[in-house]
Amino acid sequence: MPQSPSSRHLPLARLAIIAVVVGLVAVAFVYTAGWLSPHRLTPAKLVATLAPPGGPALGHRRNHAKGICFTGTFDANGNGSALSRAQVFVPGQYPVVGRFNLATADPNAADAMVRVRGLGIRITPPNGQEWRSAMIDAPIFPVSTPQGFYELQTAAGSKDPEAMKKFIASHPEFLTFLGWAKGAPWTSSYAEERYNSLNSFLFIDGSGTKRITRWSLIPAAQPVSITPNELAKRGPDFLEQEITQRVAAGPQRWSLVVTVANPGDPTADPNKAWPADRRSVEVGTLTVRQIEPEADGPCRDINYDPTVLPAGITTSDDPFPAARSAAYSRSYNSRTAEASSYPRTPTGAKQ
Amino acid sequence: MTTSRTRFTAPQRLLHWLMAICILSMLFIGVGMVSTITPRYLTLVQIHKPLGIAILVLALIRLALRIYYGAPSLPADLPEPMKLAAYLSQYILYALMISMPLIGWGMLSAASYPVVLFGGVHLPSILPVSASLHTLLWHAHYCMAFAFFAVILLHVAAILFHKLVRRDGVFETMAPALTRDHSE
Repeated sequence: MPQSPSSRHLPLARLAIIAVVVGLVAVAFVYTAGWLSPHRLTPAKLVATLAPPGGPALGHRRNHAKGICFTGTFDANGNGSALSRAQVFVPGQYPVVGRFNLATADPNAADAMVRVRGLGIRITPPNGQEWRSAMIDAPIFPVSTPQGFYELQTAAGSKDPEAMKKFIASHPEFLTFLGWAKGAPWTSSYAEERYNSLNSFLFIDGSGTKRITRWSLIPAAQPVSITPNELAKRGPDFLEQEITQRVAAGPQRWSLVVTVANPGDPTADPNKAWPADRRSVEVGTLTVRQIEPEADGPCRDINYDPTVLPAGITTSDDPFPAARSAAYSRSYNSRTAEASSYPRTPTGAKQ
Repeated sequence: MTTSRTRFTAPQRLLHWLMAICILSMLFIGVGMVSTITPRYLTLVQIHKPLGIAILVLALIRLALRIYYGAPSLPADLPEPMKLAAYLSQYILYALMISMPLIGWGMLSAASYPVVLFGGVHLPSILPVSASLHTLLWHAHYCMAFAFFAVILLHVAAILFHKLVRRDGVFETMAPALTRDHSE
């Protein structure tokens, strides 16, 4: 290799060039990782706000921590194929692994202390294109944005007595949710709840037409209302005992109804309900056939990530599924690493 | 293995630069996606998975080419520690290029996540569902990503040292230039 005249320059300058190039790449990397942006809302920060003052319950989901597994089937009636080309809507029966749960970070919370109940579901059609969904019984979400959810958790966990007041002042949409939380009747069974996706998703049919939808599971069981006081008297884990006995006595059913947005509906804001007259299509029936404790149950190591969707369903302009996916993944990585703190025996489930 | 060529063959150089872009993007996507809850998270995850599989395929092709064509020999006057570093870094980089995608794939399998590529193409699960396996692989994927980035920085620093300070022709063996290799 012939030496050029410029090689007589001080190597120090050349070494400096090398240091600058390497340094710039490293800084760009660190910036991308968020280490230079303390205000970035990371999955870690969002999940950390869910933890009770004593820290998270190790080995458990960071939210919706109290739950029980179920297995069953989804029978598609074929009507859904008008909205989405996903195989789960083709007439047939597909296996389901799901989880009834309470929206609390405490796996030992008493049932009557938790207002929001949820249902996670994974439907697996033969082509393997799973549909996972995690729904709750509230008709609207407490806040309009993931940032708002973070602020709600921060305010709820704050020692400042004015924190909630300040939060509501900047998030008046929370009052709509509060109206439901205070006024809506409670039931004494997971089987009597309606579970709503709240988030909107994009359905793509066989011709490529896209529609923004939400969905709900509507119970076949007639809801019977009960006061939280009455529920408390039945015991802290009544819901799990009740659903276990109920399903042992006979399968429980829900019909899955998909609702299609009209143009202009608030598709990006799960705090806003859509008008009741929107087109809705009953696409099939969920049948819960067996209940199993979570500790060694089939739902334990499943992340009900709402962005695990089959071809034919995708995310919409609703920012929540992405935020939920990021946070659920964080929660999953933490709890699976702590599995030894949550023994896989039914007796270890409640410490 | 070495060869009398003064440069890597054109397919080897093409793969090197293509993979350099892929791998650097991959590492930035990786640290970026786990630090955000915005819709960018999903976009980045959706790129991360198929890009990882693409890197795995390209790395295997590249390894085959490397075994078949070999590599130009290092300058005879290169100090022994630098020679050793050069050989070691090649082994480490190949090991990372091949193992990182496999660990990622295994990690998703152990967590019972579907491994979806572009166009809804699914890859099979390569490991049983297991919390302990997932944890092991997740930690490996995380730590090795930073190690990979560090090795790439060293690689860049080393090759710039060859190019700017030693001016010994090592950079030219893999240079993206379209000029003819005179020894071929």
